Amino acid sequence: MLLKPNVSVHNLNVFYGKDHVLHDVSVEIPNKKITVIIGPSGCGKTTLLKSFNRLIDSVDGVKVTGEVLVDGENIYDPKAEVTHIRKKMGLLSQRPYPLPMSIYDNVAYGPRLCGEKNKKKLDRIVEHFLHTASLWDEVKDKLNSPAARLSVGQQQRLCLARGLAVGPEIILGDEPTSALDPKSSKHIEERFMELKQYYTIILVTHILRQAKRLADYVLFLYMGRLIEHGPAKEIFENPKEKMTKEYIQGIIS
Amino acid sequence: MMRGLAVASTLIVVLIALALFMRSKPILALKPLTTLLFSTAWHPSRGEFGFLAFIAGTLWVTLVASFIAIPVCILASIYLSEYADKRLREWIGPFIDILAGIPSVVYGMWGVLVIVPLVKNIIAPLFGGYSAGYSVLAGGLVLAVMISPVIIHISVEVLRTVPSDLKQASLALGATKWETIKFVVMKRAMPGMIAASVLGLSRAFGETIAVMMVVGNVARIPRTVFDPAYPLPALIANNYGEMLSIPLYDSGLLFAALLLLLVVIYFNVVSKMILSGSKWSLYYNG
Repeated sequence: MLLKPNVSVHNLNVFYGKDHVLHDVSVEIPNKKITVIIGPSGCGKTTLLKSFNRLIDSVDGVKVTGEVLVDGENIYDPKAEVTHIRKKMGLLSQRPYPLPMSIYDNVAYGPRLCGEKNKKKLDRIVEHFLHTASLWDEVKDKLNSPAARLSVGQQQRLCLARGLAVGPEIILGDEPTSALDPKSSKHIEERFMELKQYYTIILVTHILRQAKRLADYVLFLYMGRLIEHGPAKEIFENPKEKMTKEYIQGIIS
Repeated sequence: MMRGLAVASTLIVVLIALALFMRSKPILALKPLTTLLFSTAWHPSRGEFGFLAFIAGTLWVTLVASFIAIPVCILASIYLSEYADKRLREWIGPFIDILAGIPSVVYGMWGVLVIVPLVKNIIAPLFGGYSAGYSVLAGGLVLAVMISPVIIHISVEVLRTVPSDLKQASLALGATKWETIKFVVMKRAMPGMIAASVLGLSRAFGETIAVMMVVGNVARIPRTVFDPAYPLPALIANNYGEMLSIPLYDSGLLFAALLLLLVVIYFNVVSKMILSGSKWSLYYNG
């Protein structure tokens, strides 16, 4: 029997006021793979990504039709509990936004929201996920200093640890390396390659080389429409659509 | 030219402080500072100038006003910046600014007509006390309304500087909106809201006419909020220019004015320092 996909999208339309930002997107995101959403800026990549955990709810005048199924549950069902949905996903944004508290408290934030109070357990969680994000050795002596004192690259790894500590199945990344120097970017990319055996990872990027390095599966968006999607090899080497070909060859951007 | 004006305005503060200091020198030369500040004996005709009752009156009224105003204003500003939709915010904003512009004598009238009877007939009996109505509480209530606009205005500004991506980071971790406000937004905005409150306090501290009309002006240290008080600004406004034939009276009142000026300057400097924020920027940016 085929594994049910973690995320599947059916006829998703998103409007910001009168702007029709996403047109009728339908796609199944493969499990435990890295799916990369590519496309020129303003094509709706970030909107699609943020519709997976309903972060677009906070946009003024947003309207959504169609459905996004996460583990078989339509997250836009009025009865769906949004905090529960969001705990299934970790988010990395374009710039890291550490919470205004210590390194330790940043990682412990999610578990504490879930009601975890046991200090020993929290210690273990914090250490474990800082290891996973390969940040532990750099911060183990200053867990109580403000997270804002870390370098941007370290902050992004902290945000990764923080997201993983909630125990998600899915990791969302919105151009997570765009604010980082090449070395830190590489660091983050390596983490993704390790993590994909345990998590379904969905990334937005406008860097084609990065997409080629990381992607197992690719979604190409243009002007709010899903033009083409498929295994990375197919999309990059033998795209069916003319527009995809032109984008990959750098003719349109 | 413009620069000259700008420099002149700072100079005025210095000059006023200097003039007050010069004029209060006679009393400072004759009476030890501790007596002036910590004695309650106020008999100018016998040469006794103890300001404690007035200082206590000022502190009482200011404290009561801030206890009432600060929590209400902080909740109101959270509502306005985080929950209210844009239209409501645009509607309410100007009203709050008008509140800031109402002449204080109008607040005083409103205090006499509404707040004083309210304290006398309803609030004091409710707590089993007696009050003539003209009391610390009446002064505090009127002041609380007067300082609210400035606290709300600045707090809303500060709250709106919290990046929405930061709020989203918290939401994405499964926090509810309220948890996000409590743990992230408030924490980030705290120094700014403290500064807003301190600015409000400094306004309360120096407010004269509206308070004078409702606090009763009895030169005794109030023991409860239902007792009358006599704050420093009221003392100066009531007496300056009237009984200056009494030796040192004039100097004593100018000393009181100097005291007020220094406290208000101090409050303003503190709140500016918090707002421009060594702590604030350090915690977040670097």
